[in-house]
Amino acid sequence: MDALLKKLSEARGVSGNEEAVRQVILEAVREHIDGYRVDALGNLICYKKARRQGGASWPRKVMLAAHMDEVGLMVTGFNNDGTLRFGKVGGIDDRVLLSKQVLIGPDAVPGVIGYRPIHLIPRAERNRPPDFSKLAIDIGASNQAGAEKLVKLGDYVSFRTSFEVLAEDGLRTVKGKAFDDRAGCAVLVELLKGEYAVDLYAAFTTQEEVGLRGAKVAAYAIAPDVAFAFEGTICDDLPSKKDVSPVTELGKGPAITFMDRSFVADRRLVDLLVRTAEKEGIPYQFKRAVAGGTDSGAIHLSREGVPAVTVSVPSRYIHAPVSMLSLLDLEHTVQLVQKSLHNMEGGLGS
Amino acid sequence: MDVVSVLRQLSEARGLPGYEDEVRACISGFYEPWADAVRTDSLGNLIALKKGTRPAETKARSIMLAAHMDEVGLMVSGFEKGFLRFTHMGGVDPRTILGQEVVVYGQRPLPGIIATHPPHVLPPEERNKVVSYEELFIDVGLPEEELKELVRVGDPIAMRREFIELAEGYVSGKAFDDRAGVASLLVCLEALQNLQHSWDVYVVATVQEEKGLKGATVGAYGIAPDIAIAVDVGFGRQPGVEEKESIVMDGGPAIAKGPNIHPVMHQTLVEVAKRYELKHQLEIIPGASGTDAWAIQVTREGIPSALLSIPLRYMHTSVETVCIRDIERTGRLMALFISQLDESFAEKLGLGEERWMPC
Amino acid sequence: MKELVKQLVETYGPAGQEGRVRALIEGIIRPYVDASRVDALGNLIALKRGSGGGKRLMIAAHMDEIGVVVTHIDKKGFARFGRVGGVQVQTMVGGRVLFGNGAVGVIGWEKWLQSRGVPAWEELFIDVGATSPDDSPVRVGDVGAFLRPFVDLGKRLVSKAMDDRIGCAVVIQALMEMKESPNDVYFVFTAQEELGTRGAVVSAFGVEPEVGIAVDVTHIGDTPEARPMAVSLGKGPAIKVMDAGMVVNPAVKQWMIDVAEKEGIPYQLEVLEFGGTDARSIQLSKAGVPAGCLSIPCRYVHSPSEMVDYEDVQGAVKLLRKLLESSPSFSS
Repeated sequence: MDALLKKLSEARGVSGNEEAVRQVILEAVREHIDGYRVDALGNLICYKKARRQGGASWPRKVMLAAHMDEVGLMVTGFNNDGTLRFGKVGGIDDRVLLSKQVLIGPDAVPGVIGYRPIHLIPRAERNRPPDFSKLAIDIGASNQAGAEKLVKLGDYVSFRTSFEVLAEDGLRTVKGKAFDDRAGCAVLVELLKGEYAVDLYAAFTTQEEVGLRGAKVAAYAIAPDVAFAFEGTICDDLPSKKDVSPVTELGKGPAITFMDRSFVADRRLVDLLVRTAEKEGIPYQFKRAVAGGTDSGAIHLSREGVPAVTVSVPSRYIHAPVSMLSLLDLEHTVQLVQKSLHNMEGGLGS
Repeated sequence: MDVVSVLRQLSEARGLPGYEDEVRACISGFYEPWADAVRTDSLGNLIALKKGTRPAETKARSIMLAAHMDEVGLMVSGFEKGFLRFTHMGGVDPRTILGQEVVVYGQRPLPGIIATHPPHVLPPEERNKVVSYEELFIDVGLPEEELKELVRVGDPIAMRREFIELAEGYVSGKAFDDRAGVASLLVCLEALQNLQHSWDVYVVATVQEEKGLKGATVGAYGIAPDIAIAVDVGFGRQPGVEEKESIVMDGGPAIAKGPNIHPVMHQTLVEVAKRYELKHQLEIIPGASGTDAWAIQVTREGIPSALLSIPLRYMHTSVETVCIRDIERTGRLMALFISQLDESFAEKLGLGEERWMPC
Repeated sequence: MKELVKQLVETYGPAGQEGRVRALIEGIIRPYVDASRVDALGNLIALKRGSGGGKRLMIAAHMDEIGVVVTHIDKKGFARFGRVGGVQVQTMVGGRVLFGNGAVGVIGWEKWLQSRGVPAWEELFIDVGATSPDDSPVRVGDVGAFLRPFVDLGKRLVSKAMDDRIGCAVVIQALMEMKESPNDVYFVFTAQEELGTRGAVVSAFGVEPEVGIAVDVTHIGDTPEARPMAVSLGKGPAIKVMDAGMVVNPAVKQWMIDVAEKEGIPYQLEVLEFGGTDARSIQLSKAGVPAGCLSIPCRYVHSPSEMVDYEDVQGAVKLLRKLLESSPSFSS
């Protein structure tokens, strides 16, 4: 699975420009699905009919969603000195932008985000966050004309981060960019390889990071009975002075959301996941904060309402150039959802 | 069509969010000679249909053009000793309205003034303070009893501002955001009279954009077009606004690019503008555009959308300023874009008949 | 009607946990409606058919209240929590919460008696009397509501969750009292309003009303040094003109005014500079719905002691009933 995650992580797909990720996914799932379509927002929707008899009549139509897009930057202008002005696509902490490498536009032009040498910064100013409006991307061009030969206005910019396995055993940690939500995409690709007694509609969605926009139209088109969204979610298990919630912890299994900023999870689906995890001996945890929003937020409000839940792979340092997760958590997430889908065959109960 | 005269009438008509009656009637009159049908939907969007002449046995396709007809304004929120308390409808900077003349739409239209203390009586430190809505009043010069008979809480208040022509094709007035856009729709509609087009065109003057894109949300759902273009105003270069946060006045429509915009729509608009040598520029929007296009794009199963911005100075004030040539260019660009729409374009956007690609 | 109000406000039902409120309402209204169902988000949708010739109306009052949700239990058994809806930090310290399983907790502050400031959310915790996670009666994910009994002050009623059980009470009472109506009326008791009028989004999609009215509380400007607002307790129910979420359809507003004046019901006009109600979501449903809001003036909204005026409440019942019995004459 690390090979797939590497491909997904290194593919560049800032919100609104998910083409490269879509190609990686399509290639990986093509032989396991019955059909697909790409809609007006660029969502890749894959359809897989039930492979086995005996499924309940409800829920029959199951939507599985993971978003393809990642946070990034966009070129908004040229400075006379050949550097590029940029805006943020999705939520990025300004403080992580300093001294990073980036790739720009379809030709992946390399660039760096520099900052004033510490020697030149007055002592008082060093304690303040950087002034975003003073940041620029340097591609080595000596003037505006030179920059315009390599880069176009509106080009998408992603972090230049390679994928790497950090620990071969144990938690099998890996690092890379965009685990939010390529981890979810990897989970969903794996799930599509299984056989189920329900009809699956797998939506690899777009523009989650700018407002759950792909999922909104995908859910309207699919009109599912129930939905599961997969995420790479906040994991704040660093050393902390206070005994407070780490949101999730690395290596403690898939994180089940009961509530976040965007929705309240359907109690029956939460119970199904918990019951399955306990029965199968799969580790799990709850996402322990009312923070962040996921595609479930858009899906559960579609049409007359859709029972939905989000299951996440804990990922440290999301919305930054490099994040970290445990492949063990990723595999447990796949197992948990796969078994839960099987356990749902008889219906959902009340 | 005399764009200056049209914009003058549009600008001076009243049309606060949810209270667009007067401007709607005005636009309806302009639609009449050129549209095949005109209707108003349940939120008040004014929808003109100009039918395409479509070759036999081709699928009916449609495009929605949207510009909002509502303007920012004020609303009566209470009384105090013969003066009116008020709040804003849709984002008015209280610093820009001191000493402003207004019309309070009570039982009859009442001219009024936004009251301010003369500087002579203010201590120096007060003169430099921003006045908040809580400290502002409207004075209509009527005794308290008469005022209470004529005005009720919730009555809308519009800025009072006469349209004027400036030098070199520039004009100034209120509500150009987004009556300039509406004017460009009319330019487009007129131009379509002399152009062949196979797609049906829904020309929509939307309501309540300033109250959260309301009209476009329900309008797009009801019309369910194949594609859409929204026209709104963009920040034109002006004193105090940096180059990087603005677009060029008299530089033509800004064709937006970013997640809100379908890349094929963007690219095609740019190509059409280049082919016909229409002055245009780019506007990069990395996230929410805050325009009708933002709502339309995620309607139903998703609608490929584009956004054209007309450069405008002093947005959300009563002296908004535009260059008439930019309005004409925007309208013409849309008409030329529409005239080249065909089924191959629909296929390029993935609007084909075949829903599921087999594996 | 006070007994109905007491029953409703004292029932546990934070956003997303409306089951008990729903069961209570379902039991009360069953004899008065022709059909009812519960949708995917837990909205209770009941239909009372009309005699014909009227419109399809949707009347919405939300069942949910604000609350807290446990996100962490520390080694000593203290619970940390997240907010469910617009809970106000100034009302928290020393307050009590009740969980779905009956557990009760006290809200504590790290800096109690050490600081005169307003607490930061991260500094608050819930003490459920436990000494470790093992003996804690609550678990991560458990949701609590304010614990505060109903008080009848005679002219005025006080409780937690007046927002919007008082709206539920008004709708139920109007339903029970209403005479023949030409309209098919969908009484929708919505879920998750406090989390962004979510229940109304999906229920309006299903009901497809021709006209929608939300019944909810609104703020007032009649307490000492209050932010100016032309709504007071005791001057009758308020007819909304605008809030941060919507401009009420002028025709719906006028219909409400006309009926109030014809029936001699005192009313106030409401312009609220913040907030929003289910009416906003109904208005935006599908191709658009003319929508308005009947508001019950309420002091201390989103505190554990929300206060309404009983005459305002009765006025709201009468106005709603008369609206339901009338034919909305405007076109939609």
